[in-house]
Amino acid sequence: MTAEANTSREPVLSLRNLTIALPTGADRDHAVEEVSYDVARGEILCVVGESGSGKSMAANAVMGLLPKGVHPVGGQAIFDGQDLLTLTEKQHRKLRGLRIGMIFQEPMTALNPLMRVGAQIAEVFEAHGKLSGRERQAQALALLTEVGIPDPEKAIRAYPFQLSGGQRQRVMIAMALALEPELLIADEPTTALDVTTQAQILELIRDLQARRGMSVMFITHDFGVVAEVANRVCVMRHGRIVELGEAEEVLKHPQNDYTRALIEAIPSNVIPEARGAETDTALLEVAGLNKVFRSKGGLFKPAREVHALQDVSFSLVKGETIGIVGESGSGKSTLGRCVVRLERPDSGTLSLSGTDFMHLKGEGLRRERHRVQMIFQDPYASLNPRHRVGYAIAQGPIANGVPKAKAMTQANDLLDLVGLGGTADRFPHEFSGGQRQRIGIARALALNPELIVADEAVSALDVSIQAQILELLEDLKQKLSLSLLFITHDLRVAAQICDRIIVMQHGRIVEQGSARDVFLAPQATYTRQLLDAIPGREHELADA
Amino acid sequence: MSFFARFAQNRGALVGLIILLAIILMAILAPLIFPESPWRMVQRPFLAPMEVEGFWLGTDTMGRNVAAGIMHGAWVSLLIGLVSTTVALAIGVPLGAIAGYYGGLIDDALMRFTEFFQTIPNFALAIVLVAIMQPSITSIVLAIALVSWPPVARLVRAEFMSLRNREYVEAARLVGQTNTTIILRQILPNTLSPIIVLASLMVATAILLESALSFLGLGDPNVMSWGYMIGAARTVIRQAWWLSFFPGLAILLTVLALNLVGEGLDDALNPKLSRERS
Repeated sequence: MTAEANTSREPVLSLRNLTIALPTGADRDHAVEEVSYDVARGEILCVVGESGSGKSMAANAVMGLLPKGVHPVGGQAIFDGQDLLTLTEKQHRKLRGLRIGMIFQEPMTALNPLMRVGAQIAEVFEAHGKLSGRERQAQALALLTEVGIPDPEKAIRAYPFQLSGGQRQRVMIAMALALEPELLIADEPTTALDVTTQAQILELIRDLQARRGMSVMFITHDFGVVAEVANRVCVMRHGRIVELGEAEEVLKHPQNDYTRALIEAIPSNVIPEARGAETDTALLEVAGLNKVFRSKGGLFKPAREVHALQDVSFSLVKGETIGIVGESGSGKSTLGRCVVRLERPDSGTLSLSGTDFMHLKGEGLRRERHRVQMIFQDPYASLNPRHRVGYAIAQGPIANGVPKAKAMTQANDLLDLVGLGGTADRFPHEFSGGQRQRIGIARALALNPELIVADEAVSALDVSIQAQILELLEDLKQKLSLSLLFITHDLRVAAQICDRIIVMQHGRIVEQGSARDVFLAPQATYTRQLLDAIPGREHELADA
Repeated sequence: MSFFARFAQNRGALVGLIILLAIILMAILAPLIFPESPWRMVQRPFLAPMEVEGFWLGTDTMGRNVAAGIMHGAWVSLLIGLVSTTVALAIGVPLGAIAGYYGGLIDDALMRFTEFFQTIPNFALAIVLVAIMQPSITSIVLAIALVSWPPVARLVRAEFMSLRNREYVEAARLVGQTNTTIILRQILPNTLSPIIVLASLMVATAILLESALSFLGLGDPNVMSWGYMIGAARTVIRQAWWLSFFPGLAILLTVLALNLVGEGLDDALNPKLSRERS
């Protein structure tokens, strides 16, 4: 940790017994309760916790950006001798940007889509009445150069949609740094980014922090990220601090059980075991698959073609789990959607135990659909809010001609199997994200499919829940000898569950092989980049 | 919080509901309180309100009881409002659902058809339709329904377009549900809240349309309606204000009540939005 040396113990921001009340009817009374921590000058403090732990709330209170109905009821947030909680909106506005900068999770929504990047950075100066018009532009250019955007002269004239996710996050950082704040609050700044981009942004934040001697309050859910950037760590759960200490200390010798569970839940021990499939009957055979997405051109815009899949070939043996790994835009989801036939591939062959699955359509396709099922990414969007979960599971068998009463009994058994027995007549909103994902799994199992495609099935879940769901899948695999096509962007997750791994980039397969080989002896440069970009990897290796 | 508790949180909606219930009560009680036809001449014409015992709203140019007219008219207004809205929903919801769910050519064809109705001014089309079909309750209901379904179709289509790619709809497609089942069981229930809100406002519009038609003399000649009463009284508005005032007030209160109820339903069905608004 580069900044270790110049870390002094003088706090820039100091929270004292901060308590923030939630509106009545929420699942608990306080978003955060009696929270106290300091952010020392020149250090990176990571606030870690799972969703709902209240980790962002304290930061929002500091910035005066609490949502409606949520307000602090006790404690202080002292910044430069002032209690931030007692400031008026106007005084707060003066501090924001000028002395406290902030970056958010989703750079696309945080930037104005109709303004050029340069103008948006200049606006920060304008809001605080600094510099003249020409100086603002020059300063914007200097900032873009500092945050390492390729070709800053061009980027300054670009609109946000013309930049990639990582570049947008760099622009956000440039804006946050524009007025040289003493404190930078980063709320999950890398969560929406691909691993390789995430590694670059973390590097940038660490670098800028060291160069400018700022303090950074870094909010994240990912202990891997903590291992990369933190000087000190504050672990939160249910609105309370469970552990606070030096990063090295906390990571290596966590005192609290919850912290230990979180660290252990990180899919670590990167080296997967060698596993073989039980049989060698090919179940799914894909050869030379192509899919092109075309957007119709208009009067003023040319038609666009995106080659989502180019000449993709692989085969999956019965009882095997194949992981398809790639960053966003690599075509991995398109591949999954083609296999379950939510999309229709343009050319190639796709066959399922000998049946041509590609040219089926209409009624014929509907009748064969039960053979391949899917587990979806978003546990909140994948269940119909108006259907009881028992029916949600039973609807598949019912659609395929099973009598309703029998289908409902089966649904009950399936809920038992995924650990949610006796909940068939509840509605989806009564379940947590992890529980909903279990329901999604039960639904996929209901039709006894030959193959299940899991599209980023654990990506939207907290790490500890992620571990439980992966365990459940592993368990079901053993019990029911499932064949699984597991699509993920997270190599650590793939390492846990997959027998073989396929790495995709730009719609092509760049590497495929047994999980162990891909991890220990990656052949393609891209695979090596992906492996190197996993946050917290060095830490784990040092640990081992 | 229960549905009604959320509804009642909006004070205006509660007031609207009470007015609406009072009007429904009026329509039900009309034949009991005024068993005679409201068309019957019962007193000397141009009696001012309260001038003669038993005629608290006075009499009209022909000596008919205004109070009887208003109470009987309530039944006509509510009937026309509800029936024509139901018919409009019966046309608009399936069209919008099919257009939104299937998209592509089907969507294009159905939407051009909808636009054909949208480009003709509502009221003008309604007048033409009633004039061709001869004024009667049935023709008025049909005319109103035919001019008011396009917004329903548009709304339902937009809802379907945003819902058809939800993961739970894709999941339903994957387990092999038929398109009909998906439309009826998966998507339609999730579009109900905006449809209900729109429908409550459409009832109000239909009542206004009926009044306007009757005002122009295109009402059903056999039933007393508020619009007819105002239309008949317009020539004597300076001598007998009450002849247009009371039916006008009845229309105003009914439409206001329906709008308030519609807004309350909107709040109750979208609890998140309403909390942000207040």
